[in-house]
Amino acid sequence: MSAVLSARGLGKRYGRRWALSDCDLEVPAGHVVGLVGPNGAGKTTLLHLGVGLLAPSAGSIEVLGRAPSDDPAQLARVGFVAQDTPTYARLSVEDHLALGAHMNPGWDADVARRRIDDLDLDPTQRAGTLSGGQRAQLALTLAVAKRPEFLLLDEPVASLDPLARREFLQGLMEVVADHEVSVVLSSHLVADLERVCDYLVVLVSSRVQVAGEVDELLASHHRLTGPRHDVASLPRDQYVIEESHTDRQSTLLVRHENPILDPSWTVEDLDLEDLVLAYMGQAGGSTRKRRGDTPRNGVAKLGVAR
Amino acid sequence: MIAVSWRQFRPQAIVGLTGLVVVAVVLALTGPNLVHVYDVNLAACRASGGQSPACNNPVGNTFHALQVTLIALVLVVPALIGMFWGAPLIAHELETGTFRLAWTQSVSRRRWLFVKTGLVGLASALTAGLLSLMSTWWFSPIDKVSQSRFGPANFGLHGFVPAGYAAFAFALGVTAGLVFRRTLPAMAVTLVGFVATRLAVTYWLRPHYMSPATLNAPLSGADVGFQIAGPGTVSPVSMVANAPDLPNAWVSSAAVVDSAGRAPSSSAVQHACPNLGAGVAPPLRVREGSAPSGGTRSASGCRRGHSSSSTTASPPWPPSTTSSWPTSRPTGSGRSRPLRRRSSWFSPSRLPVPACGSSATG
Amino acid sequence: MIRFHLDSRSGVSPYMQIVQQVRNALRLGLLSKGEQLPTVKEVVAQLAINPNTVLKAYRELEHEGLVGARPGVGTFVTGTLAPASVAAHGPLRQDLQRWIAKARRAGLDDESIEALFETSFRSSTQAEIA
Repeated sequence: MSAVLSARGLGKRYGRRWALSDCDLEVPAGHVVGLVGPNGAGKTTLLHLGVGLLAPSAGSIEVLGRAPSDDPAQLARVGFVAQDTPTYARLSVEDHLALGAHMNPGWDADVARRRIDDLDLDPTQRAGTLSGGQRAQLALTLAVAKRPEFLLLDEPVASLDPLARREFLQGLMEVVADHEVSVVLSSHLVADLERVCDYLVVLVSSRVQVAGEVDELLASHHRLTGPRHDVASLPRDQYVIEESHTDRQSTLLVRHENPILDPSWTVEDLDLEDLVLAYMGQAGGSTRKRRGDTPRNGVAKLGVAR
Repeated sequence: MIAVSWRQFRPQAIVGLTGLVVVAVVLALTGPNLVHVYDVNLAACRASGGQSPACNNPVGNTFHALQVTLIALVLVVPALIGMFWGAPLIAHELETGTFRLAWTQSVSRRRWLFVKTGLVGLASALTAGLLSLMSTWWFSPIDKVSQSRFGPANFGLHGFVPAGYAAFAFALGVTAGLVFRRTLPAMAVTLVGFVATRLAVTYWLRPHYMSPATLNAPLSGADVGFQIAGPGTVSPVSMVANAPDLPNAWVSSAAVVDSAGRAPSSSAVQHACPNLGAGVAPPLRVREGSAPSGGTRSASGCRRGHSSSSTTASPPWPPSTTSSWPTSRPTGSGRSRPLRRRSSWFSPSRLPVPACGSSATG
Repeated sequence: MIRFHLDSRSGVSPYMQIVQQVRNALRLGLLSKGEQLPTVKEVVAQLAINPNTVLKAYRELEHEGLVGARPGVGTFVTGTLAPASVAAHGPLRQDLQRWIAKARRAGLDDESIEALFETSFRSSTQAEIA
C-alpha cells in the first residue's frame, strides 16, 4: 500500500515560533491513524498543512501522492473536519447538504441522506441550534458524502459529552467499514483513540516522537521492573524511554527490538496511554540520562509501509 | 457555487429587495402628484407672466420631508451596502472559521471568491442603481426647476453614480474584511473610508476632470455685494459676486476681479468707499433692500460716489435649495481698476451663457 | 445473533476478546453451526472499534477452522470446538486441582497461588516467543 500522507522535514513557522519542525512521516493507507499530543504540539498545524489551508515554511508534504493544493480534483479526494466543527449557523441541515452537493462533483446524496436519517437529525433545523454532537455528525456527513479517499479530523470529539463521543466514533467506524477511507484523527486524549486507531503518531513540542502501527508499538514497548540497574548496562537494542530508580529498584519503560531475556526483569505489557505518556514525558524536557543512539529528535519509525 | 453564494446572501437580498419595493411604492404614489403640482404652477406662472408667486420654486416645498428622506437614502445606501454586504462577506467566514469548511470542498479558492464577490457586487450595483433611477425619475420636476443636477452634491445622487459608489463601497468592504478578518472593524473602516473617498472625489478630484469655462462680465447691480468681516481679519472689507444662474452648471467660482484678473484688495475697496458700513458691527452683508437707511452708511451711497467702482446692490441670497456652490473670497491685492465679474463653471455641455434670470422654463 | 462487548480494562486486546467471545459462545451452545456472525459494519457500529480489529478476529477464527467467510454474504459458523480439546479438559482440570491442593498444603494463600501461576504462565509464553 502506498503512503496516504508523507512528510519530509516538514516545518511551519509563525514569526519566530516553529509550530511544527522536522516532521518526517510515512503514514500507510488503509488505517485509522491517531495523531496524539498535548495542546499546542502542532497537531492542528499538521492537519492544516495536509489539506492545504497552510503552506509549509520548510520541507514538503504529500497527500495521496500529491502536494496539497487548490486544485478541485485534489480537494475532492480529501475530506476535512476542522476543530470545533464549524458550520453555517443560519443555514439548516438541508442547506448544508445542498451546499455539499453544489460544491462537490463527487457528492453522494444517498449516503448523506441515509446518515442524516440514521442520526435522527431534523433537516429543517438550523445548524446554530444543533447540539455539539449533532454538529459534529453533520460536519462528518459533509466530509464523508463527497466520497473522499482520505479523511482528516481535527479533534472532532474534544468538546463532546461521552455519549456523543461514542456515537461519533461509532459513525466514523461505520464509514470506514463501508467506504475503505484512510483516516487521520487527532486528539489530546488517548482514551478516545485506543479503540479506534491502528496506527499512532505522537507529536510533542512540534516534533514527531514516535510513529507506528499500534500492535507493533505495544509489542515492542514494555515496562521492566527489577533490582537496581545501571541504565548503561542494558543491551544496545533497548532504548529507555522513561526511567525511575529507588535505591533498591529500577523501573524502566523501554523500546526493544528483540525479546527481553534478562530474567531479573519482570516484564509488563503497556497500554497505549502509558506509552504515549512516556513519550510525552520524554519530550517534555527530561534531563535524565538516556541510553543508546536515540536519533537526534527522538523519532522512531516502527511502522513498515505495506 | 452560485447557488451556494445566493443561499448565503439570501437574507440580505430580501432586506434590500423589501426596501426597494417600499421605496418604489411610496414614490409611485407620490410621483404623479408632484408632476401635477409642477404642471399647475407652471401654467399659473405663465399665465401671470412671471409675477405670480407660483413662479417661485413651485415644487420645492411639496413632499419636503420625502425629498429629504429620499436624498438621505440615496446618499446613505451605498455606504450601508459597503458595510453590510461587503464587509461581512469574507470577514464573517474568517471570523467564525467556516472558511475551513468552504475551502475544503471541491471548489478552488479562486472560484469561491470570484463567485461570491461577483454575485453580491452585482447585486450591490443593481440595488443602488435601481434606487437612484427611481429617485431621479421622482425628482425630475424638482430638477427642472432648480437646474442644478451638475452641482457637486447633486451629481452624486442621480443616474448611475450611486451604483458606482455602491460598487466601490462593496469592494472597499470586501477588502477591509480580508485585511482585518473581523466584521466589526471592517465595517468601521469601510464607513470611514467610503465617506472620506466620497468627499475627496466630490471636492478635490472632480474639479480637475475638465477645465471649466470662464467668463468675464461687467458688473451690474444685481450681481455684487460686499462683506465686512470682523476687525483683525486680513480683509475686513471685501467684495463678493453673486454666482451666475446657469442651468445645470456647476459654478466653481464667482469673484469680482480687475482687468488683470486679480481681486481688489481690502484697502482698495475701503479707499473707494470709505464709509462703507461704518459704524455697523461686522460681520455684515449688505442687501440693498434691507440695509439701514442713512446715506453714507449704505452701499448705495458709496456706489454713487464712484463711477468706476462696483455697484453693491444684490438681491436676497437665494434660499436654500438642492444646489449650492462655493464662492471664492478675494484676498489678493490690486490697484483700483475697472472691475468685472468673473465666473467659471463646469457644464455638461458647453452652452453659451443663457439669459440670466430665466427660470422654470423646463 | 451473538452480540459482542468490550472490556477496555481487561488487559486483553480487543481482537482477542472477540475471538474468545465467539469461542465461548460455541462452547455454551449460543452459536450453532451455520449461524451468521454479525457483519464487520454491525460490530463496528456497536462497539466503535477499528474494522481491522474485527477482520483480524474473524480471520483468526477462520484460521482455527471455526468460521468461514462467504464473499458478499457474511461470515458463518462452520465448525465446533474440536472434541479433542474438550476431551483434554477433564484430565487437565484434575491435574490443576491436585496442584492447587499441593500448593495449599505448602502454605501458600490464594494470592500467592495466583501470582505463582501468572508469572509461570507468562514466562512460559515468553519462552515460546524467544
